[in-house]
Amino acid sequence: MKIGLFIPCFINELFPHVAMATLELLESLGCEVAFPMEQSCCGQPLANNGDSKGACEAARRFTGVFQQYDYVVAPSGSCVSHVTHHYDWYIAEDPAYQQLKPKVYEIIEFLQDVLKLEKLPKPVYFPHKVSIHQSCHGLRELHHASPSELMIPYQSRLENILKLVDGVEVLLPERRDECCGFGGTFCVDEPELSTAMGEDRVAQHEATGAEYIVGADPSCLMHMGGIIRHQGRRIRPLHIVEILTGRGAGA
Amino acid sequence: MKDDSVKHPQAAAEFLKDRAQAKWHDSAIWWVRQKRDAQAKQLPEWEELRRLAREIKAHTLSQLDDYLAQFEANAQNNGVTVHWAADADEHNRIVHGILAARQVKKLVKSKSMLTEECGLNPYLEQRGIEVVDTDLGERIVQLRHEAPSHIVMPAIHLKKEQISELFHKELGTEAGNNDPTYLTHAARANLREHFLTADAGLTGVNFAIAETGGVVVCTNEGNADLGTSLPPIHIASMGLEKIIPRLEHLGVFTRLLARSAIGSPVTTYTSHFHQARPGGEMHIVIVDNGRSDILGNEDFYQSLRCIRCGACMNTCPVYRRSSGFSYSYIIPGPIGSTLGPSRDMKKHGSMAFACSTCGSCSNVCPVKINLHEQLVLHRKKAFEQNLLPAGKKMGLLAMRFLTQHPALFDLGGKVMRKVVPIIPESLTRHSAWSRAGRDLPPMPAQSFKELYQQRSQDKQDKEGQQ
Repeated sequence: MKIGLFIPCFINELFPHVAMATLELLESLGCEVAFPMEQSCCGQPLANNGDSKGACEAARRFTGVFQQYDYVVAPSGSCVSHVTHHYDWYIAEDPAYQQLKPKVYEIIEFLQDVLKLEKLPKPVYFPHKVSIHQSCHGLRELHHASPSELMIPYQSRLENILKLVDGVEVLLPERRDECCGFGGTFCVDEPELSTAMGEDRVAQHEATGAEYIVGADPSCLMHMGGIIRHQGRRIRPLHIVEILTGRGAGA
Repeated sequence: MKDDSVKHPQAAAEFLKDRAQAKWHDSAIWWVRQKRDAQAKQLPEWEELRRLAREIKAHTLSQLDDYLAQFEANAQNNGVTVHWAADADEHNRIVHGILAARQVKKLVKSKSMLTEECGLNPYLEQRGIEVVDTDLGERIVQLRHEAPSHIVMPAIHLKKEQISELFHKELGTEAGNNDPTYLTHAARANLREHFLTADAGLTGVNFAIAETGGVVVCTNEGNADLGTSLPPIHIASMGLEKIIPRLEHLGVFTRLLARSAIGSPVTTYTSHFHQARPGGEMHIVIVDNGRSDILGNEDFYQSLRCIRCGACMNTCPVYRRSSGFSYSYIIPGPIGSTLGPSRDMKKHGSMAFACSTCGSCSNVCPVKINLHEQLVLHRKKAFEQNLLPAGKKMGLLAMRFLTQHPALFDLGGKVMRKVVPIIPESLTRHSAWSRAGRDLPPMPAQSFKELYQQRSQDKQDKEGQQ
């Protein structure tokens, strides 16, 4: 089983430690992981701003780079969701993409659905309170958890996987899955509104008494992190793979 | 009437200047979302109802011409006069024609977003007919000479103190008496006078049933019933998408509508109108006004399933923090942000970008419209029509180029990581990222690609040594 590691462009530049944690976690679970250097952006910012031509070219490029792998895994729900849920708007007719699509996984999905992970490669003790941040695309497109709007039985991938971690106390904020306001270029198209959403979200996470906001999407964590630093708050954003590797807050 | 030159980002920033008012607005509307959740949860078949509602509407839209003809024939058989209006102007002319021919001086109107869309009130007022909105929220915004800020709760942007002040000025209530019951009674007494002296009543239509030729109006105040029972003339204005095939389908929608809209199991009144009262007249005006164009559009026809419950507004984190007046189109929030750009991309294009694509709207929608996706599809049109700000478009074209040239992309990233830490904070403070209260992320010394290459090199060296 050969895995192509998909590291979204902004993670590559701004959150290399999240990418490294993902790589190490997969390797320590015995996976053979390759990281194709010629990868770039999946095209979501282009698509979300209506640039169909650019989005289409990006989708073709992504397909070309990753089609040789048995699985493609990334530590970002939003970018994976763009590939698996929205490339059809641009390259539905491409048979290589249709073959690739079911092989693209967000890291937590991959651990749970493909590797059927029942215990972590090494025991992790993380004696901290964490507030779960459900990122919108992971939640509502990848079904990481039951969205609060739908009247369906409750499940949550992040909560489930954190059961493998010793000592951690999992909390949910008020309005358990409201958007943090990042929204890609929305955050600079509407800075005041986006920031207001983020401020509310950070305050709700902090009100749980948690020390960390834990999520599976670095973009939301980056957004809330910017607000936390600006306001000098104590709570810290943390990607879930950093807990699962045992790096925890040290990274 | 609404100011359609409003651009969402600026209007939202203005609204957020009063953070306390904005927080109150957000909480007041979130409370309605929570009531909706509590009601929906009580029905084990909730998701099944949504699926059914979606399918009934989808089926109806696929044969809308047949169902409209059937509806017209059955309504005519009941003695109702049916009119067809291609656009807003024709709708207004038809309504005015009916009223003018019967020397109507005063029209009482129950809630109708369609007449807002058509600008009926000013049209009639300019021609000497007094129009009195009789839904309490609509009456409040009418007295303030404002448009509704929400399609179900038109005055949700106002606090009781503001309403007390307005009623003191307009209806002569005691100054400073903010008691909602007192204020409601005052409005009721005032409206009663208008009901008794009106010459005609106009209602909107929630559902029009092809099989019976009847229309259904859902209200909580009974104002539609008074407005159609007291005056001899009843005009019902409806968009052509309001059709459902059979009476037996109605229950699916009435079960969803009030729960989705305001978190009530049912509206207080669900009134069925089939014919005029004895000695009276009933008219139905069926309005297109751009709906056929939407129906013919593969990307957006689904928006015609909308039953105007407003649940998408109540759940929308952007709407709750910017209010209905930040949207240029008469219908705000997610559904307005697809209907507005469908009508006029140049005027309402900014609405398609007033969205973080969180997708909560699509999940609450009782007829399962893919709202957040429709907004992104509208952005395609905005891009193609060259309506993006020049700077943004240049940025996207640069991004498009770099995406195809990873080495340059990586170089750009490296430059960013090296330069950002050394530029003075005074230069970044006013950037779109920072200006409202966000710091830039720390810039790592190395990208993952660099770390990975180094790691591979180290591994090779190690293997070489062995």
